[in-house]
Amino acid sequence: MLECKNIYKSYESGGIATEVLRDISFTINDGEFVAITGPSGSGKSTLMHIIGALDCPSSGQYFLDGHDVSKMTDDELAGIRKDKIGFVFQAFNLLPRATVMRNVSLPLIYAGVNQEKREEMAGEALIQAGFDKDRYYNLSNQLSGGQMQRVAIARALVNNPTIVLADEPTGNLDSKTGDIVLATFRRLNSEGRTIVLITHELYVAEHADRIITIKDGRIQSDKKNEHRTIMQDNGKQKI
Amino acid sequence: MNTTDLFQESYSALTTNKARSGLTMLGIVIGIGSVIAMVAIGQGAQSSIESSIQSIGSNLIMVMPGFQRGVGTSVSTGRGSAQTLTVEDSEALGNLASVKAVAPNTSGRYQITAKGANTNTQVVGTTAAYPEVRNISISQGTFFTDQQNRSMTKVAVLGPTTVSDLFGSSTTSVIGQTVRINQLDFKVIGVTEAKGGSGFSNQDDVIYVPLSTAQHFLSGTDSVSTISIAAVSTDVMSTVQQEVTDLLLQRHRISDASQADFQVMNQSDIVSTASSVTNTFTMLLAAIAGISLIVGGIGIMNMMLTTVTERTREIGLRKAIGATKNDISSQFLTEAVMLTFLGGILGILLGWVASLLISKFAGLTTSISLTSVVLAFGVSAVIGLVFGYYPARRAAKLNPIEALRFE
Repeated sequence: MLECKNIYKSYESGGIATEVLRDISFTINDGEFVAITGPSGSGKSTLMHIIGALDCPSSGQYFLDGHDVSKMTDDELAGIRKDKIGFVFQAFNLLPRATVMRNVSLPLIYAGVNQEKREEMAGEALIQAGFDKDRYYNLSNQLSGGQMQRVAIARALVNNPTIVLADEPTGNLDSKTGDIVLATFRRLNSEGRTIVLITHELYVAEHADRIITIKDGRIQSDKKNEHRTIMQDNGKQKI
Repeated sequence: MNTTDLFQESYSALTTNKARSGLTMLGIVIGIGSVIAMVAIGQGAQSSIESSIQSIGSNLIMVMPGFQRGVGTSVSTGRGSAQTLTVEDSEALGNLASVKAVAPNTSGRYQITAKGANTNTQVVGTTAAYPEVRNISISQGTFFTDQQNRSMTKVAVLGPTTVSDLFGSSTTSVIGQTVRINQLDFKVIGVTEAKGGSGFSNQDDVIYVPLSTAQHFLSGTDSVSTISIAAVSTDVMSTVQQEVTDLLLQRHRISDASQADFQVMNQSDIVSTASSVTNTFTMLLAAIAGISLIVGGIGIMNMMLTTVTERTREIGLRKAIGATKNDISSQFLTEAVMLTFLGGILGILLGWVASLLISKFAGLTTSISLTSVVLAFGVSAVIGLVFGYYPARRAAKLNPIEALRFE
């Protein structure tokens, strides 16, 4: 469970403080599929960084599974990211000259899982992400964009995180491949994963069950998505 | 992150850009290689000097003139300037129980000519006991006798280097030939066996003449410049040294040992003096080679800084998936140390090959000691740590948000 209470965030540059987030409060329960959306400059990226334990709020509290993340040190934040958060980035951020297997098991290295167990867990995550089995030992820079994003999703899933945090996951993909990736998130959610999708595209946001809209650092709306886009993913679609 | 994973991550990062890693490592390879080779040359010189000093005889004690002091004054005219050692001193020393043999000698450099060829070499005037005291063997003819010494005969025994300098290396026998020393004709009666040694400690480039002949015709004084004493065994060296000192103090009527007008040295003193000279020489060579090692280290640092910038996104990702500052900095530090360590191993091989080639083609003695190898290893690892530390810290301090955004 993820809980934000009166979160403010301001940056100071050149003596001028800019308030990026103002009084953000919401709760995301386990098993939800939430989209956080808003135009660029709205503060949604900053919010994502706070939710993802990459940054701390200037004031307010953020609880993740009951841990108060808002006052943690850098190393404690790293620990939270390692155990509770799975990131999916727009630019995939895979290690280029490394195999799919190595990319997916990378988080487990920092979690201190031994080599054998790592391969096993990475294999499971790749199956969940719907990645083609005979490409496990291909180099990641030989894959297509959609395949890369599946590897990135598998990497996000490998340490069984509390939330999967996807930052514009379809931004670098064509619409067809993007749809398949979104369908994958949908399927993962139906399997019990908590998904938080950050996007500026309304079309993408409409795949979620709940849409939180941010504007000028404030929550503009937080409502259930009545017109959810239904998509099927059997985990075998070729991308 | 455990050690195996750390090494694996570092290894794969280094092999990603093989050419760059290789070239950077080359700096360390050359640095370590030249340190090893230079130290090998220095230590080779040291051991060859030591062995040529040892070949003079390990039971040797030498008495040399010390300060000359005027009566009742404390004005010193400098070490070695006294002309107080005499043949009589030498004879008195020969009567000591634990002394096997004594040979006084004078020495000076003169221009020598023979059959149109000429050379400048050391002329040693000594007695018949000299070969025994100084471990010299005769390869042709004979050394002069006490009789020849007493009668101031103008005979000479040549060292093999001098023979080839004066008569050419093809000459088979020079016995009976004449050499001119200081405008005087000397008849060659013998040639000594080659003892080796090179450069400034060549014992083969010398001419021996009877002491009285040298005093009368060459130096013109009654004093001798050195008295060489062979002790009966190496065990009694310090006793003999003490006895020699006491006897000479008594003969020279000096009550205070610190005012002695002579100095007594044994072989180990001379070896340690020579060693300290060659040590300085070795240090100098190593220091010059060390500069290239530092340059290599700077190369490592340069590469690591470039790598950190290039891999900013990767660092951001690693941080996002849970790597701590420590994880990041130890990875980069491991990369740097791996490079220098591997460079160190290759450098040792290079240094070893280089010193083999140097001794083969330049004729210099070289010797690679375990210490210099161990030291080179240590230094290369330390260089990795020192020059990798700053880039590693920079990587660890990157803000994950900015690192992920980095284009």
